Amino acid sequence: MTSHHDAEIQSTNDGAATTASTAAPVSHAPGEPALVVSHLTKRFGDRTAFSDVSFEVARGEVFGFLGPNGAGKTTTVRTLGTLIAPTSGSAIVAGIPLSAENGVEIRQRIAIMPEAPGLYSRLTVTENLEYFAALFGLRQPESRIHDALASVNLADRAQDLCGGLSKGLRQRVGLARTLMSDPEVMFLDEPTSGLDPVAALEVLTLISALREKGVTIFLTTHRLDEAEKLCDRVAILNTTLRTVGSPADLRAQLFHSTLIVRTLVPLKDPGGVFGAIASVSDWHSNEPGRYELAVADIAQAAPQVARGLVGAGADVLAIGENEHSLEDVYLALVNEDRGGKQL
Amino acid sequence: MKNFNYARFSAVVKKEMRDYRRKRSIVVTMVILPFLFLIEPVVAIFVVPSTSVVTGAKTYVLLPILYLLLIPSVMPNMLAAFTVVGEREQGTLEPLLTTPISQREFIAGKGAAVLIPTMALTYGIYALFLLATELFAKSVVSSAIFTQGALLVALIVLAPLLASWSIAVGMAVSVRATEIRVAQQLGTLASIPPVILILILAVGVIHPTLSVALIFALVLLAIDVRAIRIVARMMNRERLVTGTKS
Repeated sequence: MTSHHDAEIQSTNDGAATTASTAAPVSHAPGEPALVVSHLTKRFGDRTAFSDVSFEVARGEVFGFLGPNGAGKTTTVRTLGTLIAPTSGSAIVAGIPLSAENGVEIRQRIAIMPEAPGLYSRLTVTENLEYFAALFGLRQPESRIHDALASVNLADRAQDLCGGLSKGLRQRVGLARTLMSDPEVMFLDEPTSGLDPVAALEVLTLISALREKGVTIFLTTHRLDEAEKLCDRVAILNTTLRTVGSPADLRAQLFHSTLIVRTLVPLKDPGGVFGAIASVSDWHSNEPGRYELAVADIAQAAPQVARGLVGAGADVLAIGENEHSLEDVYLALVNEDRGGKQL
Repeated sequence: MKNFNYARFSAVVKKEMRDYRRKRSIVVTMVILPFLFLIEPVVAIFVVPSTSVVTGAKTYVLLPILYLLLIPSVMPNMLAAFTVVGEREQGTLEPLLTTPISQREFIAGKGAAVLIPTMALTYGIYALFLLATELFAKSVVSSAIFTQGALLVALIVLAPLLASWSIAVGMAVSVRATEIRVAQQLGTLASIPPVILILILAVGVIHPTLSVALIFALVLLAIDVRAIRIVARMMNRERLVTGTKS
């Protein structure tokens, strides 16, 4: 083929015609983020998939990407994985600027597990992995495949046809496939979607083990409980990025610290009792004998509240912190986008 | 080729071959079709009257030989039409596109995986035809066939070029189609130009000579190269994944 043709391929496709040899060599400075996304936007005609998205993911971090259906999570993964060209904005993926020309080099350094693992049903587990090992140009593929299968506890199913595996097992093969190339960033798109609780737990355990090994994971999920357990930080996307931070930080940003007080019988003068405690800024009660106190610092306020209640002669059943879940954060933000309507 | 990774190309070919072997219906269809195309030429050769052979042997053996060119024109249609849309329907296309494979490696690998069995079967059928002619046909008929040097060369040279045309069209359809059935039906349209060409030769509109065969070969080669480039350009990852082009 002529060089002119090569140029045509590069300009009309997504850069896949460019091989690793043509991409500029990149060295990673210690502490350099695995992902840097800056004002990234993707539109399909008039429809905006996601807009002005910016965040960073550190190496070794498990980063949760949450959002309702149609929020743009999968499109973001596809964009960072060079399957889709962004409309505007920029990103650095595994140290390489996101561009059509760097498509091959970026894909060489990352691994993406789509929502459906997409295995060849007439090939065995090993044959599926051999194929992808060859596409990634892996050296010593046999040992890589063996190690990857061992890490997802599938070594004994290596010769099974993928068409005969349960959904949970196929998902594990998909995980083994992403692990095999030892990627700098692993994108997992809804890895537990459609799995029963046992299979989902197995997959989560595997992801948790990857976290221990220091693998950078970009996890999109609907399941807030798993994001809360697994992720160092989460981002909530609803076409635009609503927030980024650790689950604890997000809770602190969105909700006041709250103490829950339970007494055996309702207080005769709760306003008098709580108004006299300096660290309580506000209070309300939705049911007899249960009070929610807004405080600035739980550790400082709790002893003062206990003393105040005892001083008022109350029979205290419990004083505890009201812990908001990531789900509360998520619902608060998504509800805000929907104009405060109840979900 | 510059920036072309032969290991990835080979991986695609190897995987496709494995996949064919495991799917018995593919193998059966692949083998039966060329044998059906063998029946007419063999029968035609055996029913040629001896007197006609003596007087106009070349005319009588021409059509059966040209008929064999239908094998590489028709046989790869179904497989080629399956290449991309089949991956999409199985849900394997997106994981595949997330690997470092380039469009050209993917297209070349998929195309070669269809071309290799097509050519093996085509040349195998040619060999069977010539063997049957040599062993069982009247001596005047077999000598008439074996003296058709230009046509025999055309059979050998044109076969991969015709197959490549069918594969390129089948893959182009496969890239755009949303369903396997639609792709396979549209893919059969690729056979129409070669069939028309063979008919033109058979009815004597153009007299088949070595020069004509070479000219056809060169034209087909140019068309094939262009068609393959167009298919490679159509292989836009974004279109394949989302159905829209960036």
